[in-house]
Amino acid sequence: MTISLFITCYNDTLFPETGKATVILLERLGHTVEFRAAQTCCGQMHFNTGYVGDALSMMRSTLDVFATAEVICIPSSSCVAMMRDQYPHIAQSTGEPALINAVSRFLPKVFELSELLVDKLGITDVGAFFPHAVTLHPSCHSIRSLHIGNKPQELLKCVRGLTLIELPDARQCCGFGGTFSLKNPEVSAAMLSDKVQCVLETRAEFCTAIDNSCLMHIGGALSRQRTGVRTVHIAEILAATDAGAIQ
Amino acid sequence: MSIRVGEAAEAPEFPTAAKRLIQDSQIRRNVRHATDVIRGKRNRVVAELDDWEQLRASAHAIKEHTLRNLVRYLEQFEAACTNAGGEVHWAQDADEANQTIVGLIQAEKKSEVIKVKTMTSDEIGLNTALEAAGIIPSETDLADLIVQLGRDQPSHIVVPALHRNRAEIRQIFRREMNLPALSDDPEELAAAARAYLREKFLRVDIAISGANFVIAETGTVCVVESEGNGRMCLSLPQVLITLIGIEKIIPRFEDLEVFLQLLPRSATGERMNPYNSIWTGVSPGDGPQRFHVVLLDNGRTQVLADEVGRQTLDCIRCGACLNACPVYQQTGGHAYGSVYAGPIGAILTPQLQSMQHSQTLPYASSLCGACYEVCPAKINIPEVLLHLRSKVVENRDAPVYERVAMKIAALALKNADRLSAAQSVGRIAQKPFERDGVIANLPGFLRGWTAVRDLKPIPKQSFRQWWAERDQSK
Amino acid sequence: MSIAKQVILTRIRDALARSPQITYESCPREYRRASALDVRSRIELFEDRLRDYGSRVYHCSSDQIADSIALAMRNAGKTALVIPDGFPRTWLPDECTFTLDNGLSYQALDGAEGVLTGCAAAIAETGTIVLRHSGADGRRALTLLPDYHLCVVRQSQIVASVPEGIQAATEFATSPITTISGPSATSDIEMTRVKGVHGPRTLDVIITEP
Repeated sequence: MTISLFITCYNDTLFPETGKATVILLERLGHTVEFRAAQTCCGQMHFNTGYVGDALSMMRSTLDVFATAEVICIPSSSCVAMMRDQYPHIAQSTGEPALINAVSRFLPKVFELSELLVDKLGITDVGAFFPHAVTLHPSCHSIRSLHIGNKPQELLKCVRGLTLIELPDARQCCGFGGTFSLKNPEVSAAMLSDKVQCVLETRAEFCTAIDNSCLMHIGGALSRQRTGVRTVHIAEILAATDAGAIQ
Repeated sequence: MSIRVGEAAEAPEFPTAAKRLIQDSQIRRNVRHATDVIRGKRNRVVAELDDWEQLRASAHAIKEHTLRNLVRYLEQFEAACTNAGGEVHWAQDADEANQTIVGLIQAEKKSEVIKVKTMTSDEIGLNTALEAAGIIPSETDLADLIVQLGRDQPSHIVVPALHRNRAEIRQIFRREMNLPALSDDPEELAAAARAYLREKFLRVDIAISGANFVIAETGTVCVVESEGNGRMCLSLPQVLITLIGIEKIIPRFEDLEVFLQLLPRSATGERMNPYNSIWTGVSPGDGPQRFHVVLLDNGRTQVLADEVGRQTLDCIRCGACLNACPVYQQTGGHAYGSVYAGPIGAILTPQLQSMQHSQTLPYASSLCGACYEVCPAKINIPEVLLHLRSKVVENRDAPVYERVAMKIAALALKNADRLSAAQSVGRIAQKPFERDGVIANLPGFLRGWTAVRDLKPIPKQSFRQWWAERDQSK
Repeated sequence: MSIAKQVILTRIRDALARSPQITYESCPREYRRASALDVRSRIELFEDRLRDYGSRVYHCSSDQIADSIALAMRNAGKTALVIPDGFPRTWLPDECTFTLDNGLSYQALDGAEGVLTGCAAAIAETGTIVLRHSGADGRRALTLLPDYHLCVVRQSQIVASVPEGIQAATEFATSPITTISGPSATSDIEMTRVKGVHGPRTLDVIITEP
């Protein structure tokens, strides 16, 4: 299967390792990965902050770039949520039938990485090896918008060497919320402090998620507090084998 | 027309208020404890009902249907209530409602009233208006009594005094009830309130209530409560004045079968609250013999005019979104500057009162969606928050730094070449701030981030550069 | 029509001018409206809920009601109760004192030991007693001011679920109705449940055949 990767703007810029891992993983599973270089951003940050016009331009461009793609893999549940929850409304608001159609053709092709693996490809054991204690932060968008259920856990449970430790109060938000963390930094920090406390309670070495946005937030505090706990995107765990663990 | 929501106009904006509250260890502990307890109870009793989602779907549909037919249902209610001996008054805004109520009390030649918990009266600032007219209002819900005697503001829709602990409540009661020997045992505190209020219940002859549900078909009003103070106010006085927001209406009596399942489980985590009082007009020889209803707009029709925002009027004031909200759990209700706190307050206050707080309250959420998940009326609160944010931007009310930053970001994300160029600029710009592989101290509006979090610097190679390199070497 | 009413209704019409109609019939009703519980299970569930609330529950046949009332009063330490005008006299035990509520003052009710009533319906799932405030139920103040409430519920009055309870109450929708689910309570102080703030602190129930 040819899988088109939508890497997302912040993974492209800040977390290239997640993109590389996604490519390596999908290729290892026998698929062809393509990367359409014209892609930029789904428009989430602008939309969530109220800049609908800018988000609309980004949506148009994303739809154009992926118009001919068969299957689109996105290693970020918040971007998938943006597309599924908001693209139809944004398109409706323009009243352009062509745009509305483009969105309805686009959405069925969109898969978050763990959805792609479990639902579309029907695989939970991807042959990964990751000899570490790991806890999973189920991001808000993944549970409340994508209704991802236990897919990430199922994938992690099949990883050899990995000990999955349940995160207490897992469904609580980490406090990132995009520009929320800048507009209300104190409240965001208080929420983050609760999340970090729960992560530390697990005594895991790694905190993982299917979203680097939450991980950037949680990881920022784990680093500042010198906890020695690292964050890692689930793609990087699933891409790791005994031939080459992550750095 | 002056639409007012409590003292919201004078209250500081959310980020400022929150910053202060975050440092109040006692409030945070009290709020955390209370929300944890209610949330746990709510989750247990909701899990008992395998048709919970179907009930939510029905509630949402009934409310949406009602709002679309609001004129018909309000007129139907008015006719049925009048027919049953009630008298219906209409009020466009807070001042008109207050004047009407003061007028009714003065016509009865009374100078004291007992009140049963009504958020709507807090919204219109009724107590202040009563006091200005020389009328003494006594709150009778225990939490409202604590708030009133403590000269405080409510911090939760259902449990207005949850920010207070027993020691504080003892202080307030000792002082205000003149009971120097009172202990901080909740039983003893509640008994003190019982004795203090019983005298008022037996003596004061006029009561003011709100309503949880108002039935168009029969002209019936329903008040949901736990303590019995509601029954006291609704049964004993000769005169009853009920203040009702126009959105409280439901079409038929049988619709109660939906809402009386959703409300108690969502609000207090009970299968059913101890008491529901359901009455229609006046019953000779039983209960108040003069019954007035004041139907209040105060901005509700303005909310109704907004196709996305109007679902806010589906709210049945259960408070479940407050208990579920991770932001509310940190700040408590006073940060929201309004009698309506939490996620529902963040969307209701800015819509009712279009001037104050509309720039900050829609942003007082991480958009985690926990509010929508628990809302018994299925109000998509994140959707309304996003809608209100777009209006802030549309009205050019967003801060300048943000507008500039978002414009630059939009330009950078316009196409792939610009994004690559922006990534290169970012790598250079971050240099002065990078220490030991992390960015720990950023200026300006980014300072809040690095105050408690490290930021990972932009790596040397972007994903797209890696891909291009790999493609070439193939 | 008052000016305020005119203005409000006009604003509503304007607000809805471009919105399509939604009919009442189109509202989904897929929740459970009836329950499959048989009489036995309904009684058991009702009793279970009442005990949860701290009520004492008594069972009796239709010819033992007076004995049950006497027993319940003895256990609660009561010798005299107020009864509404419509309460069946044949249910009253001779050994106790009963005062008829023929318009007693609030002070008199406040000073009474307790009150004995019937009810209009009961809901098992929530342990709810529904009063319609006529006949054996009494007026509203009667079951409110005294500190003790003893209620006689007939088995046939017990429905399983809230929708069935509301459907039963539709028959007397415009009478004053009070639903009682356990004793008066508050959790306003640190979420600690305290029984008996303003209403009766104790609610006991006699379930009688049929």
